[in-house]
Amino acid sequence: MADFGGTELDAFRADTRAWLEANYPPSLHAPMGEDDAPWGGRKMVWKNPDAKLWLDRMAERGWTAPMWPTEYGGGGLSKAQNKVLEQELRRIKARPALMSFGVWMLGPVLLEYATEEQKKQFIPGIVRGETRWCQGYSEPGAGSDLAALQTKCEDKGDHYLINGQKVWTSYADQADWIFCLVRTDTSKKHEGISFVLFDMTTPGVDPRPIKLISGSSPFCETFFDNVKVPKDQLVGKLNGGWDIAKRLLQYERQNISASGFGGGGGLDLIDVAKKEVGVDEAGRIADGDLRARIAAHRMDAHAFALTVRRAEQESRTGKGPSAAVSIIKYAAAKMNQERYELMVEAMGLQGLGWEGEGFSKDELNVTRGMLRSKGNSIEGGTSEVNLNVVAKRVLGLLDHQ
Amino acid sequence: MAVLTEEQTMLRDAAKGWTTDSAPVGALRKLRDSKSGQSFDPTAWAEMGQMGWAGVVVAEEHNGSAFGYLGLGLVLEETGRNLVASPLLSTALIAASALGLAGTDAQKTAWLDKIALGEAVATLAVDEGSHHAPARTALAAVKAGAGFKLNGSKTFVIDGDAADLLIVVARTSGKPGDTDGLTLFLVPGDTAGVTRTHLALADSRGAAQITFTDVSIGSDAVLGEVDKGWTVLEPTLDRAYAGLAAEMLGTASAAFDITLDYLKTRTQFGQVIGTFQALQHRAAKLFTDLETTRSCVEAALEALDAGGDSRALASLAKAKASEVLHLASNEMVQMHGGIGMTDAHDSGLYMKRARVAEALFGGAAFHRDRYARLQGF
Repeated sequence: MADFGGTELDAFRADTRAWLEANYPPSLHAPMGEDDAPWGGRKMVWKNPDAKLWLDRMAERGWTAPMWPTEYGGGGLSKAQNKVLEQELRRIKARPALMSFGVWMLGPVLLEYATEEQKKQFIPGIVRGETRWCQGYSEPGAGSDLAALQTKCEDKGDHYLINGQKVWTSYADQADWIFCLVRTDTSKKHEGISFVLFDMTTPGVDPRPIKLISGSSPFCETFFDNVKVPKDQLVGKLNGGWDIAKRLLQYERQNISASGFGGGGGLDLIDVAKKEVGVDEAGRIADGDLRARIAAHRMDAHAFALTVRRAEQESRTGKGPSAAVSIIKYAAAKMNQERYELMVEAMGLQGLGWEGEGFSKDELNVTRGMLRSKGNSIEGGTSEVNLNVVAKRVLGLLDHQ
Repeated sequence: MAVLTEEQTMLRDAAKGWTTDSAPVGALRKLRDSKSGQSFDPTAWAEMGQMGWAGVVVAEEHNGSAFGYLGLGLVLEETGRNLVASPLLSTALIAASALGLAGTDAQKTAWLDKIALGEAVATLAVDEGSHHAPARTALAAVKAGAGFKLNGSKTFVIDGDAADLLIVVARTSGKPGDTDGLTLFLVPGDTAGVTRTHLALADSRGAAQITFTDVSIGSDAVLGEVDKGWTVLEPTLDRAYAGLAAEMLGTASAAFDITLDYLKTRTQFGQVIGTFQALQHRAAKLFTDLETTRSCVEAALEALDAGGDSRALASLAKAKASEVLHLASNEMVQMHGGIGMTDAHDSGLYMKRARVAEALFGGAAFHRDRYARLQGF
């Protein structure tokens, strides 16, 4: 019989529980609002100082990146211990200590591709939430066809010189540093791309927010005008950035899907439908057509949740990711969009308020959430691109000749 | 695919091997063309019995292997892939479940031991109309002396022609629509007053219409308690929903695999048609639905093995399986083009089985409604 470390794990759970009870700030038991999100970084304004305290305490143990090596500030936990930590955090309904593109996307590829010096330079700041990162990938002419990117990076001997434009740079105006895909060889497509890191305060970097149909947006256009970047901030090989980029996208999609795109303005679809549409004598939603469609949606969402769970179980057996993983981003986007559409429909005009009086905060969130959710099937790889990936990589269908 | 034990993997591989070699789709075609009026081939069923498949959910003391519902689901999925006509669902899953859940020692010894060896065919006679509606049972069971007298009829009883044992859902009190007042009875198929008529359905397996005219049975024929039949019927039906969903998942997966092969070989406009994005995206979406359906089917079977309330999961599995099989069978015909419309191609057999399986034990609409009621809306 293999030793699964049962006793040690039990001890770890007991320690973790005790530590969380002693260190989780009571003021954070209230629900987290959008402006409370702990993104960290130099520009972060902490509305509640306890949120910063929570970050610092977690970061000190490396638990903002629990499975990263301790030599770079990570927690050094095993998979099993990490699961216990997640369970214990869920048990006390803890807020995330840190929300971070650095943790979710950049860190994993640095661990894999960066030099020792780069790891020491960049990873601890990610773990502690001191450096907030943004992602310089998409360009106006290079969205789904990302490898068509044009932002030029020239070798000027002792430094690189970058000129061009990025778009859909999430929180570029809030970020401290950027991980950026640039073109270092114009004669090739995929093999002419490199992966560089630089400070957003470098002269010539200019992020400008983009307003979306939902009225606000985390996105920016980001312009580079003769930006000078030290050469030791290139990650991996020159012209070898595409592999890193793809790897990072895998982490991104995994994170987008795992979050399931959040809620529905914090409201329950069925409660809303019962309240706004009424119920029949048997307690069912009075509009039979709407009820049937809500039921179908709830079943789809249930099926999706079971699929995420199955994919996790299968990957834990050590056979690597299962076929189910490849469909998750596509399905997650569809689920979230359907939920918002049904929510708006169930609310009627009450779900279409824009601002001001006559609408609750939740109701206003639904209107804007519905509009924002349209981006779910575009960002992080469009649904069409994801379907292409499934068709080609999983089903083995060929490209058109 | 769920994480399987070594025994489960062996069972699945055995089922895959046997159905491919001994019971491919051609066997169903042969059964159909023989016009025998049989809903399955008894020789093939005897082989399945010898391999122990009739006893997968039966306890060891009654000749079973107690491998559980996930185990039987794996076999059902494999038989579904090749459209194998057999009483696996009616007998090995549904009847064996009902007897296992509520049978007395005497009832189990009389029937379950034989069922587990594949020596008796048994089925549940529940519906009385074109739609699955278990609570709407009207067939009357009236006390007569020490026993009961049954009058009424059942229809679309799967394997009803061949069944040695009918588990009959009857009304001992209340009115159609009530879940109270139902009683289950064990009625041997050859009991006086039982008349069976074969119904030839599109899937070539058929079903039976059965009338009960003054059928006399003893009180020892009651399965479970008088008037409390719902407490046995509902969990039995949950097993039927999940098991049939497993079979349908197999049917849909095979329809998809056959279609995918065709997309990779058929050329038009100088191209393999699978290179067209319009078809690639439809294939990828269907694959998505198959994967999410698989999660539901496996979750329902695992929940049955774990005990506890599996009602919502069983309805989820049957609804999703109905939807995905509907789509997969339609896409199979459409993507095969003209050849998919010919009788010589298997597409038609998959579509006909799809429609019958969708309607049996409640279509997607029935299960969406049940799911919603279970969730309180």
